[in-house]
Amino acid sequence: MAERHVDQLSGTETTGHEWDGIRELDNPLPRWWLWIFYACVVWSIGYYIAYPAIPLVSGYTKGVLGYSSRAEVQKEVAKAKEAQSEYLSAIEAASLEEIRTKPELLEFALAGGKSAFNVNCSQCHGSGAQGAFGYPNLNDDEWLWGGSLEAIHTTIMHGARNTQSDDARVSMMPAFVKDGIFTRAQAGQVAEYVLSLSGNATDQAAAAEGKQLFQDNCVACHGEGGVGMTELGAPPLNNNIWLYGGDKETIVESISNSRGGVMPAWGKILDAPTVKQLTIYVHSLGGGQ
Amino acid sequence: MSDGVGTMNLLMILPLAIGALLGLYLSAGSVDTTIYLHGLLLTAFCVVFIFRVIQSDGKTGGPANPNSSIDYNDAVVRAGVIATTFWGVIGFTVGLVIALQLAFPVLNLDLPWTSFGRLRPLHTSAVIFAFGGNALLMTSFHVVQRTCQARLAGGYAPWFVFWGYQLVIIMAATGYVFGVTQGKEYAEPEWYVDLWLTIVWVTYLLVFLGTLWNRKEPHIYVANWFYLAFIVTIAMLHIVNNLALPVSWFGAKSYPVFAGVQDALTQWWYGHNAVGFFLTAGFLGIMYYYIPKQANRPVYSYRLSIVHFWSLIFLYIWAGPHHLHYTALPDWAQTLGMTFSIMLWMPSWGGMINGLMTLSGAWDKLRTDPILRMMAISVAFYGMSTFEGPLMSIKAVNSLSHYTDWTIGHVHSGALGWVGMVSFGAIYFLAPVMFNRERLYSLRLVSAHFWLATLGIALYAAAMWVSGILQGLMWRSYDVLGFLEYSFAETVDAMHPFYVIRAIGGGMYVVGALIMAWNVYRTARGDVRTEKPYVDALAQPASA
Repeated sequence: MAERHVDQLSGTETTGHEWDGIRELDNPLPRWWLWIFYACVVWSIGYYIAYPAIPLVSGYTKGVLGYSSRAEVQKEVAKAKEAQSEYLSAIEAASLEEIRTKPELLEFALAGGKSAFNVNCSQCHGSGAQGAFGYPNLNDDEWLWGGSLEAIHTTIMHGARNTQSDDARVSMMPAFVKDGIFTRAQAGQVAEYVLSLSGNATDQAAAAEGKQLFQDNCVACHGEGGVGMTELGAPPLNNNIWLYGGDKETIVESISNSRGGVMPAWGKILDAPTVKQLTIYVHSLGGGQ
Repeated sequence: MSDGVGTMNLLMILPLAIGALLGLYLSAGSVDTTIYLHGLLLTAFCVVFIFRVIQSDGKTGGPANPNSSIDYNDAVVRAGVIATTFWGVIGFTVGLVIALQLAFPVLNLDLPWTSFGRLRPLHTSAVIFAFGGNALLMTSFHVVQRTCQARLAGGYAPWFVFWGYQLVIIMAATGYVFGVTQGKEYAEPEWYVDLWLTIVWVTYLLVFLGTLWNRKEPHIYVANWFYLAFIVTIAMLHIVNNLALPVSWFGAKSYPVFAGVQDALTQWWYGHNAVGFFLTAGFLGIMYYYIPKQANRPVYSYRLSIVHFWSLIFLYIWAGPHHLHYTALPDWAQTLGMTFSIMLWMPSWGGMINGLMTLSGAWDKLRTDPILRMMAISVAFYGMSTFEGPLMSIKAVNSLSHYTDWTIGHVHSGALGWVGMVSFGAIYFLAPVMFNRERLYSLRLVSAHFWLATLGIALYAAAMWVSGILQGLMWRSYDVLGFLEYSFAETVDAMHPFYVIRAIGGGMYVVGALIMAWNVYRTARGDVRTEKPYVDALAQPASA
């Protein structure tokens, strides 16, 4: 046994070992430390009795409280569904117009629609439905496929240019330069004419040249003077609302290579009442017709 | 050249030659660029090592102090001081970059190699395994020699461990940037890097055991128990968690042998014990040597060190399932993870008590010695995060904290506060000793480092607490009609100011580390800064 040694400062004995000048005091375990440690062990044993704990050959001890995290989730989900069931079945049964005119249903549908919008739609259309490059702003009164309750409902249900729904909104503008209909120069002239419709043309001569090309190739969908046609999803060109940008370069790009945004068929993903609530919410954003 | 040296050289050169050929073979048959480059890297490593062995002719490093009566191998510890400092600066800087990327996504630069997804494992591996790992190699090689009064065993073997470990880091880091990962957190490197690390690690274990075997002291010092527990357990964790089948022996990709919840549980058994045995047990080894040395006081309680060592080792290994609360993991396993985390609280605090109470009788030195102050605050952070850990493992708390920034804050108060600060303390202790200098270049710079790092951690942890709890509350917030209140994007938006504060805190920590690197560099050169003595006349107690 090594020689024990008393530490001058604390008056405590050391264990007598020494390594590279380091000694160890022979202090006991702090009482509070030991008792908290014991308390944690006792608490754990109590927890094993109350909750699922010991694995057995097949299965495990379930605990006297009969707790199961899965059952707990199912209970909570059921409770949440129960709390909403009355409204949801009323919404399912009512027409869109009825929902819009009954204050109680409207309040519920707006709250549910906003929540569903945040989770499912905001990624493309933005948290405030303000849209983004290639994704329409839903706050204004310009609608590619119509802004009535019915039109919005159809668009949400079936989406656009997807493979999920046979009733998806589909239109396809030709890629005028890529397909060899226009030359690059002609695309520029048409772009100038398009810009002139909203009073933004900078090259009047080119705009005049482009007018005839527009008459021959674009009016069928975009209408005389570029007023647009919601039946075909053709946007108006005579205002300052642009899905892909209203500078000349972007318009030339749109004419040359075409555009075609895709939207999922939400009717395949969400249940019917949710799609209805979304419709009410989007309709309420400012531009509903 | 004596026969003994010849045999020792041959023992090193033969396996290295095989390694060089294996590297060439891998490269020649490689089915992807990563294996091609890493095969060549392995060959280059082995060839250079063979030349160094021949060149050094049996001289594997001597004591830093030429008057030492024992022929310590301090050269490898000195290399460790440089490596630890270097990787610390790299790891913290990458951390700052990804913190800024979270606040300002444009900094991803739209390039695959610089995207958050690839830099994040680069950061975690650089700080845990490159900085932390080198700190552990450096200190364990120093402590085991000093407390055994024996030279490191194995001739060239410690050098193989040191350089082989650096090769692991290089292969892992370059792999991440190329997009090579097996997708297991803190175990991202692919199968061939895992195999190489296994060879390095087993050599490390043998060097450590060999040195203990050669000890001149009758007993094994407590720091060495912790180091040994760390080395052995990491070997086991590393091997089991990385069991995988490569798609091709000449390709980087592999698939783990476990699947589904078994894989998740194995992963977090590994992941949690990487924290427990790498970042806790190993660093407690550092604490148990450097605090009593720096304070020049005996360890507070031998009995406490025994009881908290064994209880920590026994309890830690079961706590991993608390990472998988409320998942497909069976309830009984979640219970196991939670209760063992709670029971782990006091065994963890045993280390804190022993560390802090060792300062009793030397508290005044906290004012006069910034190195000791650094070590003391690291133990305080250790105590704080080992209280927070059990708290967060309680299922009710976890349901709020899980997947939020609170976890990130928790990890960093442990990593920056405990692991970082105690390593800085060890570096400041070792730099003058290992370069055989009278003293450190500047104590005032140590103090500046202390304050920058401490305030940096405070900003970091506070920002992440607020952001984490806010995030958790926003995720679970429902309106009166039972609908989710916020979209995910809105919660991300709400995090922005806290991400900026976090980056500022991290930036302060990086600046502190740069100051340390400068201090170490000047110390190595033998410079002493002309500065006012650290404790000035005014601060001294008035003499009667």
